[in-house]
Amino acid sequence: MAPPAQSHRSPSPSQPSGKGEVSDLKSQLRQLAGSRAPGVDDSKRELFKKVISYMTIGIDVSSLFGEMVMCSATSDIVLKKMCYLYVGNYAKVNPDLALLTINFLQRDCKDQDPMIRGLALRSLCSLRVANLVEYLVGPLGSGLKDSNSYVRMVAVIGVLKLYHISSSTCMDADFPAILKHLMLNDPDTQVLANCLSALQEIWTAEASKSEEASRERDALLSKPVIYYLLNRIKEFSEWPQCLVLELVAKYVPSDSNEIFDIMNLLEDRLQHANGAVVLATIKVFLQLTLSMTDVHQQVYERIKAPLLTLVSSGSPEQSYAVLSHLHLLVMRAPVLFSSDYKHFYCQYNESFYVKKLKLEMLTVVANESNTYEIVTELCEYAANVDIPIARESIRAVGKIALQQYDVNAIVDRLLQFLEMEKDYVTAETLVLVKDLLRKYPQWSQDCIAVVGNISSKNVQEPKAKAALIWMLGEYSQDMQDAPYILESLAENWDDEHSPEVRLHLLTAVMKCFFKRPPETQKALGAALAAGLGDFHQDVHDRALFYYRLLQFNVSTAERVVNPPKQAVSVFADSQSSEIKDRIFDEFNSLSVVYQKPSYMFTDKEHRGPFEFSDELGNLSIGAESIDNCVPVQQVEANDKDLLLSTSEKEDVRVPTNNGSAYSAPSYDSSASLSASQTSTDLVTLEPALPRQASPSLAIDDLLGLGLSTTPMPAPPPPLSLNSKAILDPGTFQQKWRQLSISLSQELPVSPQGIAALTAPQALIRHMQGHSIHCIASGGQSPNFKFFFFAQKLEELSNFLVECIINISNSKSQIKIKADDQTSSQAFLDQFQSALSKFGTL
Amino acid sequence: MISQFFVLSQRGDNIVFRDYRGEVQKGSTEIFFRKVKFWKEEGQDEAQAPPVFNVDGVNYFHVKVAGLLFVATTRVNISPSLVLELLQRIARVIKDYLGVLSEDSLRKNFVLVYELLDEVIDFGYVQSTSTEVLKSYIFNEPIAVDAARLPPLGPAAIFMQGSKRMPGTAVTKSVIANEPAGRKREEIFVDIIEKISVTFSSSGYILTSEIDGTIQMKSYLTGNPEIRVALNEELNIGRGSGSLYDYRSSTGSGAVILDDCNFHESVRLDSFDVDRTLSLVPPDGEFPVMNYRMTQEFKPPFRVNALIEEAGNLRAEVTIKIRAEFPSNITANTIVVQMPLPKYTTRATFELDRGAAGQTADFKEANKKLEWSLKKAIISHMLLWSLIVGGSEHTLRAKLTFLQETHGNITKESGPVSMTFIIPMHNASGLQVKYLQIAKKSSTYNPYRWVRYVTQANSYVARL
Repeated sequence: MAPPAQSHRSPSPSQPSGKGEVSDLKSQLRQLAGSRAPGVDDSKRELFKKVISYMTIGIDVSSLFGEMVMCSATSDIVLKKMCYLYVGNYAKVNPDLALLTINFLQRDCKDQDPMIRGLALRSLCSLRVANLVEYLVGPLGSGLKDSNSYVRMVAVIGVLKLYHISSSTCMDADFPAILKHLMLNDPDTQVLANCLSALQEIWTAEASKSEEASRERDALLSKPVIYYLLNRIKEFSEWPQCLVLELVAKYVPSDSNEIFDIMNLLEDRLQHANGAVVLATIKVFLQLTLSMTDVHQQVYERIKAPLLTLVSSGSPEQSYAVLSHLHLLVMRAPVLFSSDYKHFYCQYNESFYVKKLKLEMLTVVANESNTYEIVTELCEYAANVDIPIARESIRAVGKIALQQYDVNAIVDRLLQFLEMEKDYVTAETLVLVKDLLRKYPQWSQDCIAVVGNISSKNVQEPKAKAALIWMLGEYSQDMQDAPYILESLAENWDDEHSPEVRLHLLTAVMKCFFKRPPETQKALGAALAAGLGDFHQDVHDRALFYYRLLQFNVSTAERVVNPPKQAVSVFADSQSSEIKDRIFDEFNSLSVVYQKPSYMFTDKEHRGPFEFSDELGNLSIGAESIDNCVPVQQVEANDKDLLLSTSEKEDVRVPTNNGSAYSAPSYDSSASLSASQTSTDLVTLEPALPRQASPSLAIDDLLGLGLSTTPMPAPPPPLSLNSKAILDPGTFQQKWRQLSISLSQELPVSPQGIAALTAPQALIRHMQGHSIHCIASGGQSPNFKFFFFAQKLEELSNFLVECIINISNSKSQIKIKADDQTSSQAFLDQFQSALSKFGTL
Repeated sequence: MISQFFVLSQRGDNIVFRDYRGEVQKGSTEIFFRKVKFWKEEGQDEAQAPPVFNVDGVNYFHVKVAGLLFVATTRVNISPSLVLELLQRIARVIKDYLGVLSEDSLRKNFVLVYELLDEVIDFGYVQSTSTEVLKSYIFNEPIAVDAARLPPLGPAAIFMQGSKRMPGTAVTKSVIANEPAGRKREEIFVDIIEKISVTFSSSGYILTSEIDGTIQMKSYLTGNPEIRVALNEELNIGRGSGSLYDYRSSTGSGAVILDDCNFHESVRLDSFDVDRTLSLVPPDGEFPVMNYRMTQEFKPPFRVNALIEEAGNLRAEVTIKIRAEFPSNITANTIVVQMPLPKYTTRATFELDRGAAGQTADFKEANKKLEWSLKKAIISHMLLWSLIVGGSEHTLRAKLTFLQETHGNITKESGPVSMTFIIPMHNASGLQVKYLQIAKKSSTYNPYRWVRYVTQANSYVARL
């Protein structure tokens, strides 16, 4: 119950230390207990207040329990309330004492004053003592039938409390049926709302146990119930309105007339001053019209103004919550918001998280007509003294440049950033110029001229330095000094702390060497020598690889390291459209603020009502391939039905860096991974797959690293798995629920494996090669989640695996459930060996 | 559903704590406070925690009100708007009951606050946040704290600062407390509060402007009589299909054109379309009758011009000019102008207007900011003198000394200039409460009606 007992570790001198005062209070309370003298209630109040204040600051006053109960024989309601507060606080830890209170609480439940009946009932249900539940049933039953709505209101929530203490007692007393009756018949809307809350919670919890409960839960979404609630919606106060609207959003109307009726009925809810009501209404509108493209678009137009008003009224916290939802809608349908861009300009006093959302919105709504103004505005922020925002703004300008066809002016702006000579501005800009050149190689002349003037000494941030070095390597024929700059960098190898930069330096020197061999020879020698002696495994390996490659054949080396490239058309999106759709389905919830679907941040038991689908069902089934590079045509096609699927105004995110040097300096890893694919373009991040095994093996030989020549298991595994095992997702889910975890372990994942895990599909295919099949996968960087299954070859015995891979710390969490628990260790070994081979081919 | 609710002081002390469902572990207050205090964002040392975050499956929501943190926790995926709105509402209800919201008043009245919390939320489900409805469940009497010593809270508090027209204590009066004299004073307050955002370009041209307004009401009328509030007759809502920033459409006429507005649930709009009156039975306590938003062109109360020029080696000169463009019978107060200066500024000397009493200019070394404040100055014992009256113009000149030579464009190293101010009895939008009609109980019933206007700066920025 109320105040925490642990607060105030060190009571200040003025505060009583405890014992003496408590025994003092005890005797005073005892004196008053039997007294009938006038004014006695006032003295009691003072004493009770003292007791409660001791309780609040953490002094144990449970020894007064008996006296408090004796004194509670009063008609004074203030006294009673304090007594209930006291009892509620100590009952759970002192169940024996709690028994003392049952008597007077039960008596109070029959009091003439409905206030007292209600309060006593609430306290009785809040004792949270399991062996006292038998005393609750009677008072609750009569409370539900009470003539006073306050008592009924309390009783309904009391039923829910009882359910949480002892679900069987609650179900045996048939309380849910009574609640259902009340919900459909009670004149008081708060009673009704409480019934709805309680039933949702009870039926959802029961649904997994009984068919009937699951039917009852679905019945809450039936037409009669929904219509009954909708017809009374204006009688409800704002909070229950939210509850009802949330329910209506899940209702599936039978035809479009029904949809329009509901929308007309709720139209004026959009003018409500409570943002929660407005957002709940918007959710209803969006969900109802999902299959009606035109109307859906009208809904967007209609909700714009109310949303903007909510963003600008209310506290910063509230406006942030609303802005997150606006952000989601803007990201889905940027075209519809392109004329509202001025609303997304940042105000100087806004917090970082608000500005960041706004910058993202500005980025996506930029189109031919407003780009100039948006970029001008962003350039103001870039010059801002607020460094994090300045950085974000520069990135935003870059993103706009990457998504526009006419980048002329923007390139000029970006180049002007470089002239500002602020370190962080230069750093961000370099990274952008690099991406820009990958997409628009035709700008190289202009960019290189400016970039060439930047002294590498002024660039410290690893990402920026890597970008600069990449440009030096890529455009070494156009940059006079390139070999010499690279040479001096190579000579100061030990000063370079970031392995990412050293990797880039190796590659850049190689590229430069192929173009201007005599000038670069010295740099190359220095770089390879330093690289071979590098303590960092990757840098060392790459240096060795280059060295052997050059030894083998220089022209082959050139084809591997510096193949002709195609310009990147679209950079991969950071979030799959499935996840975006999932978040959209969870509109008006935390998912929108966190930009993650709920399964990523809530435990299963807290998903709330009507979360029918188990997480498995919502992950992508099977292994359809999402390439990192989306062809242009596909993007355009998606743009057309932007409202119904996620708008694919693809987030122009370079698939680089997840904080790890390995993950994906894309061009390099592609070059080294798919060495034999001579014409690999810059972005094909096709990770090493089994089917590429044979060409890759050549490299193994070349490097002489002594890897086994076949990827298949050399020693016969103790356990044979069925390579064609079949299991349908439903059965999987059921089994997953039934079986207990037989093994749970954390396994390291090799850096190569992490590097290859640019898409979940790579791992899925790899594991399939080991007869371990994927049934569902999902997640986003840095966490990927997989559900695998495998079957024994000779019998129908299943292994189920949940595997969560975190690519930022290179660890995987494995949970194994098995029909035959005895063989799960053997299976784990096999799983582990399969996983450890991932990426090493 | 809400699992826990608590209020923390700025130092992280637990003032009120209520666990509704027992699902979240005990140490949540400490986990929360540590997280908020040491929030880290990518690339930032000191970042502000967002109002909602998740730690180990527990979602923490918080709002800051009157220097206190109102926090709710839950494990379920609930609507963030609902919880944040609720927290704000709980703060308001507590304020309605205690008169003043502060650490002191909460500590003195914690029994009453628990009483409220028990009725506002039951087992995590919101029951009621209406001050009116809750009245019948609340039996403790508030213990008043001395309001005069408290820092002003919220925009309405400025009315307490010495203006004789306003009864200073009224806004800090509890809805249930009895007046010492016995009878309650019958009165109703209607405040029109407007927050202005304007961005001026370096040439003084208005780039964007917006007014976010709210009509706030606080009623102390017994028996809840019906009230009619009449607004400007020439009031249009929605700016048609044209661009929201099409200024030409509105100039010249006296019409007020709002982009959009929303209303409190007690407001009935039956005759709003006909004669622009709102009718409502005001519940007890403070609540917003109407929120509105306007991007129609309006006259900004201040024109701001700022200039920074290099003046030789290692030197520069800053000139900031502000001109008050409102009628001369109105005064603005607590004006502060700030401007970030180049990082390598070491010294700044200032030159103010002659006779600029009460003005101070300062160079904040730590964050390299220039701060010019034009506060009310006390000239003699009784006379309060506001410096900025309508029509006046003020200039600040500053000479800067630099540590190193400037390279590049000095205007990119400093600015923008931002300004905060409060102007009582003025509103920029032109939205007015024409009259406030209270349904009469008897001919002698004539409660006090206070209609007050105030304009504040929200984001008032001039670029260099």
